Amino acid sequence: MAAFIIRRLLQSLFVMLVVAMVAFLMFNYVGDPVHQMVGIETSFAEREQLREQLGLNDPPLVQFARFVGNAACGEFGLSYQHKRPVAELFKERLPATLELSLVAALFSLVVGVPMGVYTGLHPKGFLSRIFMTFSLIGISLPTFLIGILMIFIFAVILGWLPSYGRGEVVALGPWTTGLLTASGLKALIMPAFTLGMFQLTLIMRLIRSEMLEVLRTDYIKFARARGLSDRAVYFGHALKNTLVPVITITGLQIGSIIAFAIITETVFQWPGMGLMFLQAIHNVDIPIMSAYLILVAFFFVVINLVVDILYYVVDPRLRVDMGKVGGHG
Amino acid sequence: MRKIRFVGILALAMVMLGLSGTGVLAQAKTLKWAFQGDLMSLDPHSLNETFLIGFLGNVYEGLVRRGPDLEIQPALAESWEILEPTRWRFHLRKNVKFHNGNPFTADDVVFSYKRAMSEGSDFKTKVSTVKKVIKVDDYTVDFITKDPNPILISEWSAWFIMDKEWCEKHGATESTNIKSGKENYATRHENGTGPFIVVERQKDVKTVLKPFKDWWDKPKHNLSEVIFTPIASDATRVAALLSGEIDMMYPVPVQDIGRVNKNPGTSVLVGPELRTIFLGMNQTYDELPCSNIKGKNPLKDVRVRKAIYQAIDIKAIQKKIMRGLSEPSALMISPKLFPAYAKDFKRYPYDPAAAKKLLAEAGYPNGFTMCMDSPNNRYVNDEQIAQAVVSMLAKVGIKVNLKAQPKAQYFKKVLAYDTEFYLLGWTPSSFDSWNVLYNLINTRDEKTGRGKFNLGGYSNPKIDALTDKILSETDIAKRDKMIKEAYMLLHQDVGYIPLHQQSLAWGKKDTVSLVQRADNQFMIYYVNVK
Repeated sequence: MAAFIIRRLLQSLFVMLVVAMVAFLMFNYVGDPVHQMVGIETSFAEREQLREQLGLNDPPLVQFARFVGNAACGEFGLSYQHKRPVAELFKERLPATLELSLVAALFSLVVGVPMGVYTGLHPKGFLSRIFMTFSLIGISLPTFLIGILMIFIFAVILGWLPSYGRGEVVALGPWTTGLLTASGLKALIMPAFTLGMFQLTLIMRLIRSEMLEVLRTDYIKFARARGLSDRAVYFGHALKNTLVPVITITGLQIGSIIAFAIITETVFQWPGMGLMFLQAIHNVDIPIMSAYLILVAFFFVVINLVVDILYYVVDPRLRVDMGKVGGHG
Repeated sequence: MRKIRFVGILALAMVMLGLSGTGVLAQAKTLKWAFQGDLMSLDPHSLNETFLIGFLGNVYEGLVRRGPDLEIQPALAESWEILEPTRWRFHLRKNVKFHNGNPFTADDVVFSYKRAMSEGSDFKTKVSTVKKVIKVDDYTVDFITKDPNPILISEWSAWFIMDKEWCEKHGATESTNIKSGKENYATRHENGTGPFIVVERQKDVKTVLKPFKDWWDKPKHNLSEVIFTPIASDATRVAALLSGEIDMMYPVPVQDIGRVNKNPGTSVLVGPELRTIFLGMNQTYDELPCSNIKGKNPLKDVRVRKAIYQAIDIKAIQKKIMRGLSEPSALMISPKLFPAYAKDFKRYPYDPAAAKKLLAEAGYPNGFTMCMDSPNNRYVNDEQIAQAVVSMLAKVGIKVNLKAQPKAQYFKKVLAYDTEFYLLGWTPSSFDSWNVLYNLINTRDEKTGRGKFNLGGYSNPKIDALTDKILSETDIAKRDKMIKEAYMLLHQDVGYIPLHQQSLAWGKKDTVSLVQRADNQFMIYYVNVK
């Protein structure tokens, strides 16, 4: 197991290097950061001097090597726009994004799994049809549209929820949380729903089709023949056997929830990393863009690792294989 | 377990009560407002950008400031006189305090000049005509300029004075320099002399201001607290105003103005902006790379330029694309900034038949093709305007390939003078025609910086000569006449095609009264909330 994790970590380092390199090659096409850093009347000589100072005239590979060297020491430089250390900027915004993403993921699981089980068990039921229609909306409407619709209904017309921001936050050491105040919780509802909506429908549809599949298998029939209760059959045997694909998808989706929080954060002015990243793109703030891409790659890598480990927990057959591999290796 | 939950709910309820309680109390004189982006820095010399200057103008002050109608008013300097054409004397206001209580003296002025000239500063252009700043006594300062400069102070409402002692104490004696890799103390802290103090700042979340009790001037506002929030998404910003969460916001997207006006209790304040949107044409290339005409550049022919001018239906652009929120212009400067003779300028009339005739005379009866560059996130409806121009030109036979890009890519391309036909906007930061003539209209000279934003390379030596005279002419009437002459030459040459001045659109609650300044700067110290 330890060897496996170490191997995966080394692989992930390689993945992140590749991401950084691709990002740097792309930065040649996003525009010139210098024009975004100065007022329009700044002379060309001064612009050129600034460009030289920032090392933007060096070939991309040289810039890349310098970036990796600095990043290895935990040094991401100053943001061109904010003129503050990038690491610090991310530290401030990480809690907002993670809180939103995790609440959204939790919401999609807590609501999506029971809905999936229900529609799987009663494929023709009235409620199931409602759920399916609802999920169709969730899967086909783009995130920003859901967000704006919700803002107009719940903030403008009904006036129940705030249309922007994170509400009051409480600082717990370096972490800030909106989960402990009323305004923070209220502010979280719409963004979390918007962000979790797509995942919710995905999970529900996945579980539904897996349940339909599993319920037809022999061991379910056998379980019934043993006289087990419905509850034991459905949840102990059927649901458990649908979980491997669900875990894979959910895991990867948490990664994309964090990555795609960009749009939700922008619509709701949620002060997270995604909002900052989008603004960085507008202004060609290369230090922020590169740090963000690497951070997201890192999240994906970590989540994948966790997913792999979870497989062994859920699926006993893999545990046996694992033992053998470990023995030989 | 149940007990714990009950206590939790009770605590939550108390928190809610507490929050709503303070909300009601503070509401009376709180102004909550939003803009599409956040303030980049609190360092007043870090970025020469309208929003930053406008915001910090409520916190910091210059020797002079601009009033509601952009008139120059004395601020930290009580009065000034020109001792010699190159020597200006400023008498500083006494008993002015910085927010930390330090007194304001001549040393701070000398220091602020040096700081604005430091390496990381983006405000060098504001003071670069100054050769030397001399402290005469604690409340008198002399500025020696390189050449006579009658408009020396015209840009100084954006050159803010900082406290020497405070900057030295915190190691912020130079403006933030990105190269240093270190954060500057002044990026997140302020110490101005202005009407408001920054009491809290969370980047991208909110910035809270409180009135400065020891401000030297009599406040014209009735605020006790100001909360600024950036809201990037247009729809959300509108929603926040409609739902009453904020009291004021700008800009209002053109398509949402009707909705904000229809909503009871909110309205949009519309006014002309100073920025002029115009089209530029390449007059330096011998051949346009994109064009089907080889061996010559059609845009060098004044008849072709005039044909393009007359093919553009500016009324249609005003009505269909700007929804009435633009003022068609015959000048490269807002008429507000050239009141003396602006009325004497008329646009060439929209006349596609005449345009076709001009093209035929120039030897292009079947028109020609070329490429156009336009930003798509810089000015109000910039891409749509460019698209309209393309379709209007198609009607007279000129086929234009439009490349509309985000501003970051657009400016990279056009500022390298790599463009045939482009859309650009310009506001002279000095509010004076010399800036327009020198930067946009004069012959390009990369050594001196003359004509550096003349991206199409239009050139008329007569205008260049006039521009130099205008710079040092101190007689206003004579000066205005020369400016008129220069603009008239440009008009005859069709060196540029001015389109319009776009409008400002600020959304606010009816309970808020404020002053909308034509340079799009928000003076919070003029706001009154009922």
